[in-house]
Amino acid sequence: MILFILCLILFLIGLYGVMVQRNLVKIIIGLAIMEYSVILFLVLIGYISGGTVPIISESFENVLYVDPLPQAMVLTAIVIGLATKGLMLSVAIRLYKKYGTFDIRQMNTLKG
Amino acid sequence: MEIYLIIMLVLMILGSIYSLHAKDLLSAVVSYGIVGFGLVIAFLLLYAPDLAIVQVVVEIITLIIMIAVITNATHEEQAKEFSFSSIFYIAVFLFFGFVLLGVLAQISGLLNSFGHHVTRMASAYIINAQEAGSANIVTGILFHFRAYDTLGEATVLFTAVIGILTVLRHHGKKKEDKNEG
Amino acid sequence: MKGKKTSLHERERGMTLVVKKICQFIAPTIFLFGIYITIHGHLSPGGGFTGGVIMASAFILQILSDGSILDKLRQEKWRLELTESLAIFTFLVLAVLGLLIAATAVFFGNFLPAGTLGELISGGIIPIGNVIIGIEVCAAISSIFVALLIFKDEESE
Repeated sequence: MILFILCLILFLIGLYGVMVQRNLVKIIIGLAIMEYSVILFLVLIGYISGGTVPIISESFENVLYVDPLPQAMVLTAIVIGLATKGLMLSVAIRLYKKYGTFDIRQMNTLKG
Repeated sequence: MEIYLIIMLVLMILGSIYSLHAKDLLSAVVSYGIVGFGLVIAFLLLYAPDLAIVQVVVEIITLIIMIAVITNATHEEQAKEFSFSSIFYIAVFLFFGFVLLGVLAQISGLLNSFGHHVTRMASAYIINAQEAGSANIVTGILFHFRAYDTLGEATVLFTAVIGILTVLRHHGKKKEDKNEG
Repeated sequence: MKGKKTSLHERERGMTLVVKKICQFIAPTIFLFGIYITIHGHLSPGGGFTGGVIMASAFILQILSDGSILDKLRQEKWRLELTESLAIFTFLVLAVLGLLIAATAVFFGNFLPAGTLGELISGGIIPIGNVIIGIEVCAAISSIFVALLIFKDEESE
């Protein structure tokens, strides 16, 4: 139970990074920390004590396996997370080239 | 077993707190690596070797791209001006923090304790895994029982890459304007 | 004279000579390791996504150690886009083939025999799906990196 509370604290730290920080790179780091906390929570739910790696081997029979379904869902989520971070960082490069700073308070001129 | 996971989680929390408060952007990116690699050890402790391999390589590639972004930019952060709107943001964040903690307290009765998971859906996959023919149950789920989700993932990856190639485009539009004007 | 000039220019680009020579040994080994993990995806931990990101990291290592000429990078980007589009099209063709073959008339049906557990050739279309997804993920992540490098090179010109 304390593990789930620690996961929630990690999620709240990421939320703090998104809402309160003003530097664009730190906002992106906050989003990434939120994503990591959710991934860890999903894999934590599927753990069975006494279980083992979900690979069938012929020498063992009647083995208890760890739940493989959250692992399959998280495997694709990690690779998609890499592509989304790449997209956010490329938008950040464009904004830096236009305004000369990473501070979001000074990006307030809309070109018409 | 549980004590090791608690140690890794506390390490990740400390690393993320430092990463969001570092004065130099390069230190922030490097201590963001602590969070990623702590997650690798947590995956290994939870008997998920597939995820550990993917997380190591993806974390290294993310660090490379982040350092490429901040290399030619300023490293210093400007002085913190304590204005009224920052107090407002902190208040909203604390409100949402308390709401989420209250939600967790309410649903703690429904969550099974750590390590006693009831596999209602996954028991069907494990029993019929021989029919798929693969010894790795995770790969069998991804490519035989739930192959449609893999097609969806490939589509999302393709779309994200098209988005990146569009944003980082640098055609000679400005040169044409200079020639005309 | 001309030969000496081009070799001097090549040596100045990228990292030092020691790093370049070592990466000439290491990058193909990493690529071979990625191929091994992709092909044995149904027997040991691994699969399409894992092997794909490992192959992409071999590409990134080669580009980082050898420096970058803008024209070669543009050519590489065009080739990577073509590879990725062809890979995802082949995956769709594989899915529709399962629909057309009458033995299993569902989308993504497994129409090859299952074989014995633990052999290399077993498990229906799972090894073929692993290879196609591995190629697609490798091309996607490499093209992200190459697009970033082209943007930075054009900006400094």
